[in-house]
Amino acid sequence: MVRETAPGRLSRAMSTTLPQTMSPAAAESVAPVSTSSAAPRPHRRHYGDRVYRGLLTALALSLPLLMLAIVAQLLVSSWPAIRKFGFSFIWTSVWNPVTDTYGAAPMIFGTLVSSLLALLMAVPLSLGVAIFLTEFAPRWIRQPVAFLVELLAAIPSVVYGLWGIYVLIPLLRDYVAPPIRAVLGWTPFFNGVFYGNSMLAGGIILAIMIVPYISAISREVLLAVPATQREAALGLGATRWEAVWGAVLPYGRAGVIGAVMLGLGRALGETMAVTMVIGNRHDIALSFFQPGYTMAAAIANEFTEAQSRMYLSALFEVGLVLFVVTVAVNALARLLVWRVARGTAVGSKAL
Amino acid sequence: MTSKLTITLLALGAAAAPLAAQTKITGAGSTFSNILYTDWMQTYNKAHPDVQFNYQSIGSGGGIRQFSDKTVDFGASDAPMSDSAMAAIGNNVLHIPTEMGGVPPTYNLPGVEQQLKFTGPVLADIYLGTITKWNDARIVADNPGVKLPDMDIVVVHRSDGSGTSFIFTDYLTKVSPEWASKVGKGTAVNWPVGLGAKGSEGVSATVKQTPGAIGYVELGYALVNHLPVGAVKNKAGKFVAASIASVTAAAAGAMKAMGPNTDFRVSITDPDGADAYPISSFTWMLVHKNYDDAAKAKAIIQYTWWGLTQGQSRCGELGYAPIPKALQPWLEARLKSITADGHPVWSGPAGR
Repeated sequence: MVRETAPGRLSRAMSTTLPQTMSPAAAESVAPVSTSSAAPRPHRRHYGDRVYRGLLTALALSLPLLMLAIVAQLLVSSWPAIRKFGFSFIWTSVWNPVTDTYGAAPMIFGTLVSSLLALLMAVPLSLGVAIFLTEFAPRWIRQPVAFLVELLAAIPSVVYGLWGIYVLIPLLRDYVAPPIRAVLGWTPFFNGVFYGNSMLAGGIILAIMIVPYISAISREVLLAVPATQREAALGLGATRWEAVWGAVLPYGRAGVIGAVMLGLGRALGETMAVTMVIGNRHDIALSFFQPGYTMAAAIANEFTEAQSRMYLSALFEVGLVLFVVTVAVNALARLLVWRVARGTAVGSKAL
Repeated sequence: MTSKLTITLLALGAAAAPLAAQTKITGAGSTFSNILYTDWMQTYNKAHPDVQFNYQSIGSGGGIRQFSDKTVDFGASDAPMSDSAMAAIGNNVLHIPTEMGGVPPTYNLPGVEQQLKFTGPVLADIYLGTITKWNDARIVADNPGVKLPDMDIVVVHRSDGSGTSFIFTDYLTKVSPEWASKVGKGTAVNWPVGLGAKGSEGVSATVKQTPGAIGYVELGYALVNHLPVGAVKNKAGKFVAASIASVTAAAAGAMKAMGPNTDFRVSITDPDGADAYPISSFTWMLVHKNYDDAAKAKAIIQYTWWGLTQGQSRCGELGYAPIPKALQPWLEARLKSITADGHPVWSGPAGR
């Protein structure tokens, strides 16, 4: 005898009790089931479904509510600083806890510059990894290399910082900075003495940290591109490279852009690794060899010892600005992905 | 099944009953004092199992905040509370110095084996960015016989707010009028030049990795990690290196300026005394003048007195400098003045 499973029972119940004109979608709603025989069980299921739905709604709403609570807390706590400094907080550079004068411009500048620098370095690298793993790598190497790249994401931020202090910075100072200075030292981006802790070191560490995120998602996106695209290009006489660049990548560009934006979001909020190598200097400097500061690093460094009310409030305002910047970047990313995805099928599905 | 559950719960309840007679003392604050306070609490708890402790090293600022909100029973801070912070809690606070800290300058000069000598104004000018090379005439004049290289000075300071920075900037404010007007003193200041590193670990790592760097760290940290430290010229004109003895001598030298009615919220940087190390400071435990719970207040006072007397022997091996014994009578008077509901709680060490 075949045991009747619960879904089987339910669908039988629905097919016998539902009027035939009603679509299966409408059968989701509880009412039709209760019009079956006058047994008490359907009524209990009706009540249970309401509770279930209410519980799920509450859980789903709790996350946006939590976000609103965070924004409310940030606003309330940063209100004294907002009232005192107004918008000049965003473009003033002086950060002086002794005279209680605060301006977050170097931190905002540093956050944006370090993240963009990281993107500049990470995007070609991650795309290269993704394309290599999907198109050119021999089959036996794909899984191990993909696994190792994704393992980079599992390394804690502090460990990256330690590695940065003890390995990366001496390497940069002794072998990378001198040749760059010799060739590009006349440009405003690479002038000045390089002491190690710098925007460049921060950008490189961030780039390494966001490579696994961008490459993992790009790989998924590229794998989802139908083989017909590539084969069509090859059939028309394209080289392997032209096929990838001209047929495969444009098809998945929405997904790839989404991956890049995810990496950017990660880079904007990264704290520990950055604060250990970036030099922590409240200064705006064009040169990547100079030290800088980021908003997250400033909060992490100064929050525990901040004593005066205005100091605490200024740090909360920095947190608020960071929150706004992150939300704005994410919104821009969504917009960009939506516009780019209009021409493709893969992008919108993958996201 | 139900009866087994009942029996288990009753047994747990019975086991929990003796624990209810324990006193639980909570404290929060300075990370600098963390190692010493944790050691004290463990040692005291072994001798007095009925007193349990919980100390959170969240930083001096957090400690002062939680102490003011009465979330914890005592606070710990590397910098004294400001007048306004004290007024905000109705001056219901006593600053009890529990140990001392020194801040030596540490540097990285390849090829220089001798201990370098610095004067206060030279240190201030280095940190102001006025002196930029190691072979500057003033550094050479203070260090006869030392071959100083023609290297840039890479200044390293603390990026996080810290009591170590407070002590260092307090000293620079006293010895350099330019520093006093341009920068001032505080746990965090607007540093004119230099790289910021997080924690004493960050400063020492950056200094070690960067040839030509100079930084400042806590004495205990320098001792434990065998960092090269410089000697600083004190008020008496002698170049003294930071050590347990020289830091304690700084407090002894400052006692004349303090007087028996001191509230201990004093800065002892740049003190008198031939062997005093000029960049030294107390670190304080903050207790209320008036507590609500008499039994808890008594437990706190007894623990504090233990720390101020027997606990001082633990300071040396953990890298802290003990407070001078001469301060004990003043501290005893201060602890005796603590009340609960208007009545004094403790009558002194003999009457326990």
